[in-house]
Amino acid sequence: MKRYQSQIHRCFRCGYCKFPTDYSAYNCPAYSRFRFDTYSTGGRLWLIYAWLKGEVPWSEHLAEILYTCTTCKNCVEQCPMKFAPEIVDWIIEARSDMVEQGKIPARVKRFLESVYNYGNPLKKTAAERLPWTKGLKKYKEGTQYLLFLGCLASYEEATREMVENCVKALDEAGVSYGTLGDDETCCGNEVYAMGEMELSKQLAEKNISKFKELGVKSVITLCPHGYNIMKNQYQNMGYPFEVLHYSQVLAKHADEIARKVEGEVKGKKVTYHDPCYLGRHNKLYETPRKAIAAHNGFELVEMPRNRRDAFCCGGGSGNFINDYLAGSKDSPARIRVREAAETGAGILAVACPGCLIMLKEAVKTENLEDRLQVMDLATVIAKSK
Amino acid sequence: MIDIYNELTSIVDKDFVSNKPEELYIYGRDPGLMPAHEPEYVVMPSTVEEVQAIVRLANREKIAIVPKGGGLSLTGLVIPQKGGILLDMKKMDRIIEINEKGSYALIEGGTTHGALKSHLLKNYPHLRHSIPDSPPIATVVANAVIHGQGRLTQQRGFNSDMVCGLEVVLPTGEVCKIGTSAVSDYWFSKGAPLPDLSSLFFGWCGTTGIITKMAVKLYPCKKLRDVMLFLTDRAELVPDIMLKLGRTEMIEDLVVTAQPIPLRYAGNYYILFYITGDSEEELEYKRKYCWHTLWEYFEKRDGGFVSLVPEMKAPLLSMPSKDTTRFADVSKGGGFEYSGPIAPIEKYAVYVKKLEELAVKYNLYYSSAARMIDGGHSMMFSFSYTFNRADAQTMKRAKQALDEAAEYALDNGGVMWKPNLDEQKITIRKMDPNTLELMTRIKKLLDPNGIMNPGNWEVL
Amino acid sequence: MYELIFDREKCARCKSIPCMTKCQYIKLDTVTAKKEWQKVLDGEDSFILEACTTCYACNEYCPHGNNPFYMIVDRQEKKGILPSPRPIITMWVNQCEPVGKFTVGLLQEKALSYCFLAHFNVLAHGKLFEDLEYSAVYGQEFFCNAVYLHYAKTSLIKERLPKIIENIRKQGIKELVCLHDECYATYTSLAPAYGIEVPFHPIHYYDYLIEKLKALKDKVKPLGLKVAYQRNCSTRLIPEVDKSLDELFNLIGVERAVRKYDRKNALCCAEIIRMAKGPELADELQKKNLDDMQSVKPDYVVFNCPACWDSLATKVAERGMKPIHVIDLCRLAVGEEQSLNLEKMEAEV
Repeated sequence: MKRYQSQIHRCFRCGYCKFPTDYSAYNCPAYSRFRFDTYSTGGRLWLIYAWLKGEVPWSEHLAEILYTCTTCKNCVEQCPMKFAPEIVDWIIEARSDMVEQGKIPARVKRFLESVYNYGNPLKKTAAERLPWTKGLKKYKEGTQYLLFLGCLASYEEATREMVENCVKALDEAGVSYGTLGDDETCCGNEVYAMGEMELSKQLAEKNISKFKELGVKSVITLCPHGYNIMKNQYQNMGYPFEVLHYSQVLAKHADEIARKVEGEVKGKKVTYHDPCYLGRHNKLYETPRKAIAAHNGFELVEMPRNRRDAFCCGGGSGNFINDYLAGSKDSPARIRVREAAETGAGILAVACPGCLIMLKEAVKTENLEDRLQVMDLATVIAKSK
Repeated sequence: MIDIYNELTSIVDKDFVSNKPEELYIYGRDPGLMPAHEPEYVVMPSTVEEVQAIVRLANREKIAIVPKGGGLSLTGLVIPQKGGILLDMKKMDRIIEINEKGSYALIEGGTTHGALKSHLLKNYPHLRHSIPDSPPIATVVANAVIHGQGRLTQQRGFNSDMVCGLEVVLPTGEVCKIGTSAVSDYWFSKGAPLPDLSSLFFGWCGTTGIITKMAVKLYPCKKLRDVMLFLTDRAELVPDIMLKLGRTEMIEDLVVTAQPIPLRYAGNYYILFYITGDSEEELEYKRKYCWHTLWEYFEKRDGGFVSLVPEMKAPLLSMPSKDTTRFADVSKGGGFEYSGPIAPIEKYAVYVKKLEELAVKYNLYYSSAARMIDGGHSMMFSFSYTFNRADAQTMKRAKQALDEAAEYALDNGGVMWKPNLDEQKITIRKMDPNTLELMTRIKKLLDPNGIMNPGNWEVL
Repeated sequence: MYELIFDREKCARCKSIPCMTKCQYIKLDTVTAKKEWQKVLDGEDSFILEACTTCYACNEYCPHGNNPFYMIVDRQEKKGILPSPRPIITMWVNQCEPVGKFTVGLLQEKALSYCFLAHFNVLAHGKLFEDLEYSAVYGQEFFCNAVYLHYAKTSLIKERLPKIIENIRKQGIKELVCLHDECYATYTSLAPAYGIEVPFHPIHYYDYLIEKLKALKDKVKPLGLKVAYQRNCSTRLIPEVDKSLDELFNLIGVERAVRKYDRKNALCCAEIIRMAKGPELADELQKKNLDDMQSVKPDYVVFNCPACWDSLATKVAERGMKPIHVIDLCRLAVGEEQSLNLEKMEAEV
């Protein structure tokens, strides 16, 4: 019996999970979007329990309710109960039961099939990797860091600046790095979150065997999702190595990178959006801020919901592709860019390619393009030149 | 046959209308012990006009409507006994106005206590409202409708006493202003100097209309707040201690807790009260004054103050108290419910004895919080028991204990607060028949088709 | 059953009875003191039993090592005198009852005792605890129980302490580094006074730190700080460790400011006194103590006992002084940061 089955009845459905710490808004992305109690964590847990007991039969709608959870962990932060740390694991376990029974919604199925067949959720072959990623040096033994790009940075054009500027910053920092090139495969974080544990494990094993073969000791990931699974799961699979998110490298080498800043960019307000898998999942709140703050001329302004209370962009758990939360002015990414614009910041800094894609799109939909630019940390720093 | 679903989606954005099994399941039950019953439709209106249109539709089709806020009464008050349309009001959540000089907030029907608290703290830190200890998703309106209590209840009465105006969609679909707003642009009183019609909507369990706007009084929020904890092991002393503290007119909230775990609670009654001040001097004066108010018990060694360290204070000072909610998982079963009579405070000792007796009889974890109301005119005494949602036996036992507690309380001077259907029945049984007749006539007059939350306050 | 080992002869021979005349809270001349003490010894009523603030100091004032404080507690209980209100005592009795909720780390023969104080979970890390970091016990099952001396509950100590000692022994612990000063006092003073055997070697954490600092000599940077020290009640039972503290301060380059209320004239943190005697006396004591601390302009106010920390650290900070625990002070000296800080009250809004 999976653990969630013996525990899930413990949710009282008190609703603290819907809020941030100060109750100023709704902070559960799916609840904010749909507003039926079914879409809050409490509702979801009760429905899972009902499904287990046979009180609610499986339906596409039920499955979609489960998959609208972005695994952002706001509920984990806010739930007052002792079992709080486990909540998202329960949802993932329930999904894994649905996966095992072949009962998953269409978009999730497509996502997983693509990863299974192509090693990425975008149905792309390695040959179709974006040109600027192809030009990067390949990792060989003795290189200091393996730069793990991840699927979005490898195949989504919108991440171009992010990739280019990260690489530039690494060069400036004077560290040596290389990529896996055509051999990189999906990190498995989203696959895991979607409940396909077996596939996730296979992906991890594949990547780890590459790391082992090349003698990789340290990995830099561009994506917090990759960072998360490597930090918390790969480590337990027999080949321990150091994992860094690129924001940590930027912060650590801020001096070297900063020294090369030429132009003055005074008065430029930047607001930073915490990615869930860097923030709530791995408690890295200050490092990315330090990466920006180290550079003259930026004024860092906070959105009302920040750090442990950051509002998810709606992209987690594969939703940066599946996008079950899209289609409304209450879609999380749109709420979030409005919140960012209200701070008066001209730049919305992100540290995750998923957030980058989601929020860039939302800025367009909200017609905020002349007020707000979404860019990742490395690009923010680069733009200061 | 008329397609009600389509009619509803022509009134409200279809994203916010559902007749799917999942929504019907969730909206057909609450976290308490009353049996589930599902609605046929769940709708989230955004405007008064939408609410009106839905009410008119329901009248035409003679279909039930149940308005719902946070759904946290635990006594099944928004379980749709006759199916029909469940109105989740939480999309109507605007804070329309804070009238700073008039000391009131005008809000929409689905505004949560959490949102109002946060808004005031951020924009009007010198003002506050009476926040209950239910989770922050509880709506201000629904809490007042059930005569909820909050952190200012000790000083100002029931949360419904702190209402100063309503906008209601009547069961027949008309929008009606209640209180001064019926005449003036200001919402300063729910009745006086006019006939007070507001009482038509409080305590009726949603059977007399749907509140779409409400004005609530705001009170000074002093800069500093502290909590004091007095213990006694003699239940019979509790009422006098409560009264003595209340009569200082210096304390804010006062709650007496009785529970066997965690162990530090065992064997004592925890009298928790709050003091506020604009300066440390004011606070210190009140602190000392309260100490000396209870000196006789201290001297006789029957009671004493506990020095609280900051880590202990933080959860006690939080509003709402998460600890109240945490009680649900004491037996790792995700459930608790309480039977909550409003009663004379002199009944404290016999109630607490009954509370413990029933816990033994039904083998349950118990807890009680007794909140003093309005300086001591009454208290809310909770007979609170946990149950395990995965164990039908504990659920049954807990329900039996609650039923027995309610019977006992009613026989001993209490009147049930937010009564579940069973408690409504025994209340009706005991009620002055002329009072009951008046209630029935009023209900009939307001809701001729009997569509509003049917099943509640009905003579069977 | 365990009984207090007490030599009445020593009292009979004692001329000055400093245990009574030096008391900071009860003012007595030698004649009255002698008379009242005799009543105590004879099991008669004496106002001393009611007036005692349970500060433990008389044990230190006694030149014969005769433990007069234990005698007072013994007599208080026999006479049914309640030093604190009954419900307060009940709370203490219940909250520390061993109910099987303890934490045991990866134990070695030498282990740390956190007693039943979560503060040590924060404090006991870093270079100074490298070898023992995970070799620790925590919880009611390892709680020294000496606190019941404040509540005239010797019977409870006699009932629970042997079991606690047995719990420790069962873990295979041979040397127990007591991070809570009161544990060390319990095993080296209280237990022997009642003839309770202690089958392991208790080490006061001051002595442990001295050893460690000596071993880490190259890494120790003298701090060059002046500190005001808050001496706690249980050190009265083990006055010898005060010398260890001086040595410790010396090793890390810290000057123990000479102040009125240190050493033998130390003042109680006063929160037990508040619960027992009311706010006036407690406030007066705390004011005197804090004024005195402030007068020596210390860089830090140093705490040994976590209970004193809970009582006074906030008040120290409110007066613009910096509170720190002895362990943290040593951590500063080896280039680490202060770990036990005042909790922000923002927690649950």
